[in-house]
Amino acid sequence: MRKYVPKGNVQKQSYYTDRFHVVPTTPRTEVASDAIYAEQLEKLSAKVEVLSSRIELECMVVEINHADNFQAIETLKEECGYAMLSEMSAVDYLAKDGNFEIFYQMLNLKEAKRMRLVMRIEQGLAIESVVPLFKLANFAEREMFDMFGIVANNHPFMKRILMPEDWEGNPLLKTYPLHGDEFASWYEVDKIFGKDAREAIGPENRDEAKIERYDSKRFSRVGYEVPFGAELNAENETKTEIEYSKTFLVDYTKGETKQLKERK
Amino acid sequence: MQQSNKLSPFFENLNFDREDNTMVINFGPQHPSAHGQLRLVLELDGEQVVKAYPDIGYLHRGIEKMAENMTYNEFLPTTDRLDYIASTSNNYAYALAVEKLLGIEAPRRAQVIRTMLLELNRLISHLFFIATHALDVGAMSVFLYAFREREFAMDLMEDYCGARLTHSAVRIGGVPLDIPSDWLANMEKFCANLEYELEHTYNALLEENRIWKMRLENVGVLSPEDALSWGCSGPMLRGSGIAYDIRKEEPYELYGELDFDIPVSDLNDSYGRYRLYMAEMTESIKIIRQLMPMYAKTEPQLMAHAPQYISAPKEEIMTQNYALMQHFVLVTQGMRPPKGEVYVPTESPKGELGFYIKSEGEPYAYRLKCRAPSFFHTGLLQEILVGTYIADVVTIIGSTNIVFGEVDR
Repeated sequence: MRKYVPKGNVQKQSYYTDRFHVVPTTPRTEVASDAIYAEQLEKLSAKVEVLSSRIELECMVVEINHADNFQAIETLKEECGYAMLSEMSAVDYLAKDGNFEIFYQMLNLKEAKRMRLVMRIEQGLAIESVVPLFKLANFAEREMFDMFGIVANNHPFMKRILMPEDWEGNPLLKTYPLHGDEFASWYEVDKIFGKDAREAIGPENRDEAKIERYDSKRFSRVGYEVPFGAELNAENETKTEIEYSKTFLVDYTKGETKQLKERK
Repeated sequence: MQQSNKLSPFFENLNFDREDNTMVINFGPQHPSAHGQLRLVLELDGEQVVKAYPDIGYLHRGIEKMAENMTYNEFLPTTDRLDYIASTSNNYAYALAVEKLLGIEAPRRAQVIRTMLLELNRLISHLFFIATHALDVGAMSVFLYAFREREFAMDLMEDYCGARLTHSAVRIGGVPLDIPSDWLANMEKFCANLEYELEHTYNALLEENRIWKMRLENVGVLSPEDALSWGCSGPMLRGSGIAYDIRKEEPYELYGELDFDIPVSDLNDSYGRYRLYMAEMTESIKIIRQLMPMYAKTEPQLMAHAPQYISAPKEEIMTQNYALMQHFVLVTQGMRPPKGEVYVPTESPKGELGFYIKSEGEPYAYRLKCRAPSFFHTGLLQEILVGTYIADVVTIIGSTNIVFGEVDR
């Protein structure tokens, strides 16, 4: 029987893991250890349900329910002084936990403090757009929709942003291969020449490491050199002897070396 | 569809068939002032922009996807291709994020070299901004002068790391090389020269230039509220009167020890932003001048000592068996950082460049998000362009200083 390959995560995996390797965790402290963060968390927990909280690497991380995202960010903006949303996006945990993690990275300019609001959301559910609070979310949510397929409700223009409008699939999902899927390999052929041209052109190859065995235009094999663009196949491939420079073949043990008088 | 004949030829970019008398034009993605691959769909009423829609993604290479399929050290040269005007800033932002995740700190000499390289890259990027911005607006000679100085700065980068554009001059845990023997002397020559040129060439050509002021003043006005809401950072934020520089507020590397000012402009327009860029160059020269004497007082160590994550120096690898074994494992398998997540912001020449890294303890990052300042500055265009005239569109795009390597990633 062939080895079973999990399809949930087709990203590159480590080929070897020491079975005695214990993964450490980044240092985490209680939010109470920082007075400013503790006060802000108190204000936030008065408005929405806080599932967990910690300070990880000088940044407060607060986990909430995904339904509370708008109210939580509104509270952070109005009451806790987080005047800027730096970034928001998602992390794909579909294979591991069956959901996405969405994070909002926020900045308090007055105190120079940063915090991250995280929430889990199942696939197929939509999140409330925070564009009315931060216009930055306009582009950030579109990118999240493009890359993960998570829709933001009440977004003014929920369209793909980086990928073409008629693209299929969400590239940052763990199930999406690095070199593109079947759709990606035919996309340009279909679009430029039409589906009829598929047979004549062939699928697009996005693997930059791929080397065609009989391609004489881009590659040449050492010992099998042929003119550029020559038609090659298994039958007509002929071996050419490689002539090495004589200087490499001098046997130094026999004292046959000779000193060059002048530079050639 | 237009019916073209000799009397009414076919215009690819123009669509006259609108009922409300507006015209839709396509700006880019091959427009010389589009700063790379920006496609801007503009709806015009006469010469006034009614609606602007930035269409991006023409340079999308999936760098975040690549980060999930590469070990941490493999990914570092890829970050060169984000903001390719100032590559070291990207290398540094990424390296700093990974270092924070690992809990290590670069040795003192590496910090001095890194800070110097960061400021040199800021100069390179700002010179490029002045050059292209002036060229867009129509001042051709500034472009030639600024590119001349930029060449000298790139020569310094070449002397240090061998590359002029894609530097990869920073490693996770330090820097790969010490500086060459006459590098500091050349740097001082460059700083002195640039200081002179800033004062006598660029300022003299632009500062009180009537045409330059007419084209820039009150163009691209960005209120502080909008700047905050759109997540503007760097000169875009400080150009709107908000004094926030990550180097000052959340100091990293040696910025906490250095004495420098943060120029802020409350003009809110393109001219204010131009003045900011000029002032920031002077500050960068000031920072580099402070760093030069610091170098001599440092120990020669260049990479942090953390055998679990970082290979030992070459001499140890060549002489000691255990260092060689560690190096072999780190090269073939990659380092395995602790489980956790980190977001590290840095002040790149364009604004806040941050890396969010989610690690599951594997040699491959589980998720890497690059917070690129230009991405959000591009989003801002859809609002800031409305109501302006088509002649000002190029000025405003130039003033945002967007680079498409990091917009599309």
